Amino acid sequence: MADAEKRPRPLPRPTPETQHFWDGTRAGELRLQRCLDCGTVYFPPRPFCPGTGSRNVEVFRASGKATLLSYVINHRQHPSFDSPYSIALVQLEEGPTMMTNIVGCEQTPEALVLDMPLEVTFEDHGDIVIPLFRPA
Amino acid sequence: MTVAIVGAAETTQLGKIPDTSQIELHADAALNAMADAGLMPKDIDGVATAGESPVGIAHYLGIAPRYADGTSVGGCSFMLHVRHAVAAIEAGMADTVLVTHGESGRSGIGRGGRGGGGGAGLPDQFEGPYGGMGPTTMFTIGVLRYMKQYGMTHEQLATVAVVQREWAGMSPRASYRDPITVEDVMASRMIAYPFHLLECCLVTDGGGALILTKAERAKDFPQKPVYIMGTGESVETPMVSQMKDLTSSQAFRIAGADAFKSSGISHGDVDHLMVYDAFAHLPIWGLEDLGFCERGEAAGFIEDGNTRPGGKLPLNTNGGGLSYMHSGMYGMYALQESVRQMRGTAPAQVPDAEVSVCLGVGGMFAASGCIVMTNSESA
Repeated sequence: MADAEKRPRPLPRPTPETQHFWDGTRAGELRLQRCLDCGTVYFPPRPFCPGTGSRNVEVFRASGKATLLSYVINHRQHPSFDSPYSIALVQLEEGPTMMTNIVGCEQTPEALVLDMPLEVTFEDHGDIVIPLFRPA
Repeated sequence: MTVAIVGAAETTQLGKIPDTSQIELHADAALNAMADAGLMPKDIDGVATAGESPVGIAHYLGIAPRYADGTSVGGCSFMLHVRHAVAAIEAGMADTVLVTHGESGRSGIGRGGRGGGGGAGLPDQFEGPYGGMGPTTMFTIGVLRYMKQYGMTHEQLATVAVVQREWAGMSPRASYRDPITVEDVMASRMIAYPFHLLECCLVTDGGGALILTKAERAKDFPQKPVYIMGTGESVETPMVSQMKDLTSSQAFRIAGADAFKSSGISHGDVDHLMVYDAFAHLPIWGLEDLGFCERGEAAGFIEDGNTRPGGKLPLNTNGGGLSYMHSGMYGMYALQESVRQMRGTAPAQVPDAEVSVCLGVGGMFAASGCIVMTNSESA
């Protein structure tokens, strides 16, 4: 977690097409989209299916369960983070992959084991709530 | 006449559209044009755009193109895109090219921002918050998955840097020329686990330029001609987190396949290979995605000495981005080394080399271009 003097992490500016995702994190939900024509679950948000081009899509609440797909442990100084810290890719239970940080465990290769089960957790920055993952 | 426009449409709304971001304006127009033509994203194999990157547009729309044009010269960019698309279609580089425009010129929704965080672009929103520090963290993030999937060791990754230093030692203009060992690499400072300093490219200054003309004119010039046999290109995604497979580059595979097909060569014809090596794993991805090695076997191929001086497939013979130089957009230096090898003027010259393959990467694994060169008129 960042020290008091550290800058907050860079925060996103939602767009009309991603607003549902960021509304979801504020409500404690991880929201994905699904094509109602072909069933594909996709991320990041957009108002059509990248498989078929169909605009017949819906937003739904994901389980928040994931596994650790890959990561690096950054050792260089970052204005918002205490090094070393992990930057990770996770595979969501529903299929899509996401970038995140793994929290709630040591930031070491020994603690961060590929394919370990994870669950979503949320970090509150006021208007924006960032989805992070922790060991399940 | 060889090329026709078969789909055309504007965005669903025009005027003041505060509920739509700029990339979605591109997509809305593109989906309308595809509907006009009766096409789906999978039917498109070429993307041209300005204002947004063709990488972002292709990925957003679900297109895996083999032709990408990001020419950006202001408001007439689309006329140049059309002209280039005609040439590309005539040349067989693409069959169906999508040219898109979208601009939130009044409302300013979702403009700008390319992943550094704090912005409204998709990389800013969905990768920017997590503390990435550019290529050292984003280019490298899939390597642990590769290691688990194929059993590659940390020592094998380090060996890539050791072998390229051997080549650099033969090149007077290389930034680093002193021999190194696997132990040296493993003992160098950790940058982003599992990457040590000596597995990351240099940061240097420099430049390069090329001049091309018709082959029939080439003999009128003072230097030995180097002919372009074939080319390929592709883009996948501006977000490393959205790569279809972390252990392989779709852009490499499409660009490489087109370069081999258009040049008519097979792997056994290749005397010299350059693979843009911003980090030590890039030559491994390149060897596999170009088809020189089976998936999971390239690290062993390098460890066994096949790419070092005297090996059967000389690779990155200037020392590469790891040892020769890396200004940030290294692709020009890879091309320069291929030209030197084909002219027979490289410091670490491969004897009797006639065919060189040069594979570039851009925007981490976002984009790729592949060029096949030869010095033989009959090749």
